[in-house]
Amino acid sequence: MEGLPILSLMLAVPLVAAVICLFLSAEGARRLALAATLVDFVLGILLWLNFDIGGAQWQFVEAGPRLGFFSWSLGIDGFALMLIMLSVFLMPICIGASWRSVTNRVPEYMAAFLLTEVLMIGTFAAQDLFLFYLFFEAGLIPMYLIIGIWGGANRIYASYKFFLYTLLGSLLMLVAMIYMAQTAGSSFIPDLQAYDFPVHVQTWLWLAFFASFAVKMPMWPVHTWLPDAHVQAPTAGSVILAGVLLKLGGYGFLRFSLPMFPEASGQLTWLIFALSAVAVVYTSLVALVQSDMKKLIAYSSVAHMAIVTIGLFAFNQQGIEGAMIMMLSHGLVSGALFLCVGVIYDRLHTREIARYGGLSINMPKYAVLFLFFTMASIGLPGTSGFVAEFLSLMGTYQRSTWFALLCTTSIILGAAYMLYLYRRIAYGEIKSDEVRGMSDLSGREMWLMAPIAAVVLWMGVYPESFLAPMRSDVAILMQRVDRAAPPSDSRPTPGNPAAVAALKSHEAHEEAAPGEAH
Amino acid sequence: MDYAANLMLSLPEVILGIGAVILMMFSAWGGPGATRAVSWASVAVLFGAGVALTGPAGHGGDAYLGLYHADAFAAFAKVLIYIATAVAIIMAPGFFQRTAGDNLRPEYPVLMLLSATGMGLMVSAGDLLTLYVGLELQSLAAYVLASFMRRDQRSAEAGLKYFVLGALASGILLYGVSLVYGFTGTTLFRGIADAYAIDAANPVKSLGMVFGLVFVFAGLAFKISAVPFHMWTPDVYEGAPTPVTAFFASAPKVAAIGLAVRVAVEAMGPALGEWRQIVIFAALASIILGAVAAIGQTNIKRLLAYSSINNVGFALVGLAAGTPEGVAGVMTYMAIYVAMTLGSFLVVLQMRDADGQPVESIASLSGMSRTRPALAAAMAIFMFSLAGIPPLFGFYAKFAVFSAAVQAGLFPLAAIGIAASTIGAYYYLRIVKTMYFDDPAPAFVKGEEGALQGGLIALAAVAVSPLGYLAIPALGAWSMAAAQALF
Repeated sequence: MEGLPILSLMLAVPLVAAVICLFLSAEGARRLALAATLVDFVLGILLWLNFDIGGAQWQFVEAGPRLGFFSWSLGIDGFALMLIMLSVFLMPICIGASWRSVTNRVPEYMAAFLLTEVLMIGTFAAQDLFLFYLFFEAGLIPMYLIIGIWGGANRIYASYKFFLYTLLGSLLMLVAMIYMAQTAGSSFIPDLQAYDFPVHVQTWLWLAFFASFAVKMPMWPVHTWLPDAHVQAPTAGSVILAGVLLKLGGYGFLRFSLPMFPEASGQLTWLIFALSAVAVVYTSLVALVQSDMKKLIAYSSVAHMAIVTIGLFAFNQQGIEGAMIMMLSHGLVSGALFLCVGVIYDRLHTREIARYGGLSINMPKYAVLFLFFTMASIGLPGTSGFVAEFLSLMGTYQRSTWFALLCTTSIILGAAYMLYLYRRIAYGEIKSDEVRGMSDLSGREMWLMAPIAAVVLWMGVYPESFLAPMRSDVAILMQRVDRAAPPSDSRPTPGNPAAVAALKSHEAHEEAAPGEAH
Repeated sequence: MDYAANLMLSLPEVILGIGAVILMMFSAWGGPGATRAVSWASVAVLFGAGVALTGPAGHGGDAYLGLYHADAFAAFAKVLIYIATAVAIIMAPGFFQRTAGDNLRPEYPVLMLLSATGMGLMVSAGDLLTLYVGLELQSLAAYVLASFMRRDQRSAEAGLKYFVLGALASGILLYGVSLVYGFTGTTLFRGIADAYAIDAANPVKSLGMVFGLVFVFAGLAFKISAVPFHMWTPDVYEGAPTPVTAFFASAPKVAAIGLAVRVAVEAMGPALGEWRQIVIFAALASIILGAVAAIGQTNIKRLLAYSSINNVGFALVGLAAGTPEGVAGVMTYMAIYVAMTLGSFLVVLQMRDADGQPVESIASLSGMSRTRPALAAAMAIFMFSLAGIPPLFGFYAKFAVFSAAVQAGLFPLAAIGIAASTIGAYYYLRIVKTMYFDDPAPAFVKGEEGALQGGLIALAAVAVSPLGYLAIPALGAWSMAAAQALF
């Protein structure tokens, strides 16, 4: 694999396909888009296989020409690798999900999705501050078009809100980036991660980045664009929005805020914790009373993303690993849940929960998969959600017991709103003839959801596969931010010394007399 | 320096002036039938003037005892001016041919040439009198051009408004010039700069100079249509024939900005602290008012007028920095702005109803992505680019000026200006929304000159597309060389 610019190739394949799509018929565009995303997925697998775990921090580095203010430098670490994998994994599923449901202006639709893929991969792979910004911000254009052209009834309002909200946040970040590049004399991200800005400057820079990432994340109280965007977007748009685009915020905190402004991060941890705790409790309660399925899942996304932010700012290994797994897990699970909504929406053309009921009777396969993803969202052991919430909250507990306590309600409230949703949709009697006429999952739909279910299980049972590539990066990050870690109110002690001693002597006694009955 | 050498330094203006006079004679005897030939001959003259810039006229230094500067800065601005003027001439025949009312007459390209001569003088001015002569030459030609459709009331109104307000602006400018002359004792930019540099230590005497400076800047603000002297812009842009509007939004804008930069840096550079406040206010006010006022517009030409006010505000952000980087940013901004704005107006020219008459309402763009997909895509590129959304090239323009502002330590200006660009993004998005999300309106009919104009639109679209980034090293070096010429 040496010498092959695999990252550039992963960007070029969907880009070229997007341009060609515009000149094809609907059917041709669908096939080409699927082929291009599958090629990218294969390239992604090659990337993962060739990633040297525990090797250099930055791998697959490509240093391209410098164009005025930015250079074409790509390279990934473990975090980026995992998020790129998530993107290329979800992308063919998104294309598949739109196979039948999108019939209007298909070539443009496919081109917009392929362009989104280019921009997402580019955002994660960029090693230059401004290259990152270009990809990060450009993602607004295709998403604006996807929501605005193929969205629901209130799509125009939602598309404006999405665009302007996120634009305003990012522009302040741009000013901060310009300042950083001029002060540090470099726009190369690894250089900046090693540069120490004065503490009072860090605070301002941190806030500017926070403005952008908090909106993207989204954190309470700037989350209000998300329910609108999700509800109005087509199914595949929701999947990609929840699956990958929300991860840009968390990725930004991980890549910029923490390593570049460790002191400011330490000082402002309270802000993150407070906003996250409010988000967990408030948005979970809001999710509980929704009558629209997509809106409910959108609010649950906000609550889950709050678990990501507290994990990231826990300043310890469990917290950061948990946050990363949460991002991956949420990407898969909420993506799958939006697909589940899409499946029944395609049949009945309503997202109103009250219109459904008793689907487990006539759609057993669907009911099983939906239940599985519901459980994964709640965080049932054995699914990826459990690993994510457990690690995140454990990390948080070491930093702040009170916030850990507050945020753990996410599991209880999550169970409440998800099970309530499931009960209303799948259980009970079938109320109307139109519901009775709904057919179970088709082969195509099975093919969309089964792979996600497999990966969710894999991540839940053996998370080491996903944690291993990131471990050395977490260590490097910890090394960098440890000096600024805020004080902790949890003071773990070794336990009662007398009891420990007694236990030890008891064990010694046991070993000496193996045959003794207890 | 002998007179021949002086003439060589001002060769572009000489070519344009002689060319204009010859073509005027030609059109006087040739009549309306000569229009097409005169148009293409004018483009050739502009091309010749551009070629002349490669000689001593592009970097030769001072001519006529410092009244005229032939430096890299002037050359940069002139290239943009000539290109914009040529495009405005080329796009005219198709417009007039199919529009009921007045036909295109050969005077049109001739007036354009005269205006270009004036603009060349403006950006090359080394003296307040050269400045004024250039400005008036440009303006007088522009007044006539604005009212070129004699039988159209709106066009006549535009010309009259432009004339009255332009005359007022010239008066204010002249008053400032007289004050500056009175208190510094010279009209040469270099001498004025020396006077300002010395008088900074003597606040009593410099009060008159500050007054002069304020009036000069007010007069210039009129010409670049910066807030609070922008009121004429929407009316004139709406009323003037579309090719003339495209011209107003591009070439004279570059010339006036170039002139303002030259006066600010070369003549009043030592008084940076005084004029920076004015520029910052004008910049922010233009950005915000240009954005907010555009939201309610229903006429595409009025919307583009506010867009040009908005863009001038961004360009001034670079001037506020007062550094070579800032000036380079302004010139980069103007270069990219010219491509974006000419492209947008070329698309507007395509908007014709079934009878071939021009339509200007934004609503008529509805669903253009389905009736004319390529045209809609080009317009979307221009709109996203004007909004400064990466990866389009308009982003780099904003980046260049804000980068200079941050470097100069003007953080509040940068933060407020860039945040306000979100407001501007709203109305650009509205055009995209109309074209892509709304149900189709009756399609626009295609014109005969479709190939030529289509080619120009495609060219502009490629220039502001992400491919434009490949030009950054060249554009950056060139605009930096231009900026260095002033310091």
